[in-house]
Amino acid sequence: MDLVKELMDTILPYLLSGISVGGQYALIAIGYTMVYGILRLINFAHGDVFMVAGLVMVYLSASMPLYVAVPLMALLTVLLGFVIERVAYKPLRTAPRMSVMISAIGVSYLLQNLALYITGGLNKNYPVIPWISDQIMVFGAPTKRVTLVTPFLTVALVIVLVWLINHTKVGMAMRAVSRDFETAQLMGIRINSIISVTFVIGSFLAAVGSMLYFSNYPGVVPTSGGMPGLKAFVAAVFGGIGSIPGAVIGAFIIGVCENIIKGLDVILKTVGVLKEPLELATFSDAFTFALLIVVLVFKPTGLFGEKTTDKV
Amino acid sequence: MLKIEKLHVAYGGIQALRGISLEVPDGQIVTLIGANGAGKSTTLRTITGLVKAQSGSIQWNGEELLGRPIDRIISAGISMSPEGRRVFPDMTVLENLKIGAYLRKDKGEVEKDIKWVYELFPRLEERSWQLAGTLSGGEQQMLAVGRALMSRPKLMMLDEPSLGLAPLVVQDIFSIIQEINRQGVTILLIEQNANMALKIAGLAYVLETGNITLSGTGAELLVNEKVKEAYLGKHKN
Repeated sequence: MDLVKELMDTILPYLLSGISVGGQYALIAIGYTMVYGILRLINFAHGDVFMVAGLVMVYLSASMPLYVAVPLMALLTVLLGFVIERVAYKPLRTAPRMSVMISAIGVSYLLQNLALYITGGLNKNYPVIPWISDQIMVFGAPTKRVTLVTPFLTVALVIVLVWLINHTKVGMAMRAVSRDFETAQLMGIRINSIISVTFVIGSFLAAVGSMLYFSNYPGVVPTSGGMPGLKAFVAAVFGGIGSIPGAVIGAFIIGVCENIIKGLDVILKTVGVLKEPLELATFSDAFTFALLIVVLVFKPTGLFGEKTTDKV
Repeated sequence: MLKIEKLHVAYGGIQALRGISLEVPDGQIVTLIGANGAGKSTTLRTITGLVKAQSGSIQWNGEELLGRPIDRIISAGISMSPEGRRVFPDMTVLENLKIGAYLRKDKGEVEKDIKWVYELFPRLEERSWQLAGTLSGGEQQMLAVGRALMSRPKLMMLDEPSLGLAPLVVQDIFSIIQEINRQGVTILLIEQNANMALKIAGLAYVLETGNITLSGTGAELLVNEKVKEAYLGKHKN
């Protein structure tokens, strides 16, 4: 009985932070999966948009109160996503898909280098956002409130998004455009506006995600978007790229697994399997990418991916 | 009235239309027949704005359509049921109809038009909540026509509505096209099934490798020797 309780106490903090990180990945992953759904493009710049959102927050919060800085940060991030699409992807609408992808990689490096230029590569401390950065106790484990808030906020945003896609005119247009550009145009849908809406939504969620994510970390550097971006991408592939529920579930699974692996040494020691730590935490990132390989080999369409044999 | 003059279109590296001129008078059924690759689909796609023209003009009630964005051509009262039907397979029948009315703001009238389409195609009403991808080919064609009606067009263009359908279903669809025309919608129909198309057409054009080579009433072309030989599969005795 004692062992069970002790085990629960050991696992719980890892589980909590896993769910929390999962929620943050989910908010980024939705941006990947929505853009893929409409443009069939892996938007490699998305992780860097997430990083820029973090930096913008750092600079804004230095010169204005948070209640102005937070909405302004979201607005600027949305604007960035919109401009990237108009400048780097829209002119390539009829070009081969590979060209657009190369353009996306270019934008990714451009953002990283701009950030490097502006910050000088130094770690920028993320502002402490009151309330969500407060220490709280969850089942006897100390954590920041953001850990608890993230999954709820994520799920709420996803519900709103899914409702928007299934029950509004814009959502209907998004589904039509993602299916068939030409026929959507014949309905009178302006595809460029709908594509912009997609980028706006994706960037907004990345902005929210960056606020939650960086609140848990000491600061932002120009490469901060890399790892979370990649993991969110893996989550989107795991869930079946193009599917929003898939991306969210994939992100939570990856977040939880990754954190459990981080705590595996301690957990196994509690159970008594291990006497000496094995430094298994080192493999937490490797796990994510091993998962990517396994998914690509055995189920390339992911958990909820589109069927490849569509006959119309 | 739709009036096309000296329309040149290059498409995918080939000269698809070489200066065609034709008219679609209000209230008529006009058909464009021709072999594969003659430029029939290109003509319709250029009218809707999906394909850009090199030169010429397309006038709709006196206004130039060339260069206009597609949504402004649709809202001017032209709609198209595309080749291969192209219904949205993972939307329901009802959603497919609603998206046909995408540009309209008059909700009450849209509801009425949905009822009207359901009257024309009772099969669609039965399957209102079904995903369009699960419909049979004939039902999908009905849905594509219904969807094209939902923008309340003055001119409806149909690209190969008989393609891949059983003869009985084709007859159904053609009689409904005539019914729609009687209710005041001008029809521009392109068909490989020249026999069916000419029988219902008031005015017909024959398109050969980007040129219009013949025109006349449907009845005239039905008995024309050249048309008979080339498109109706009847040999001279």
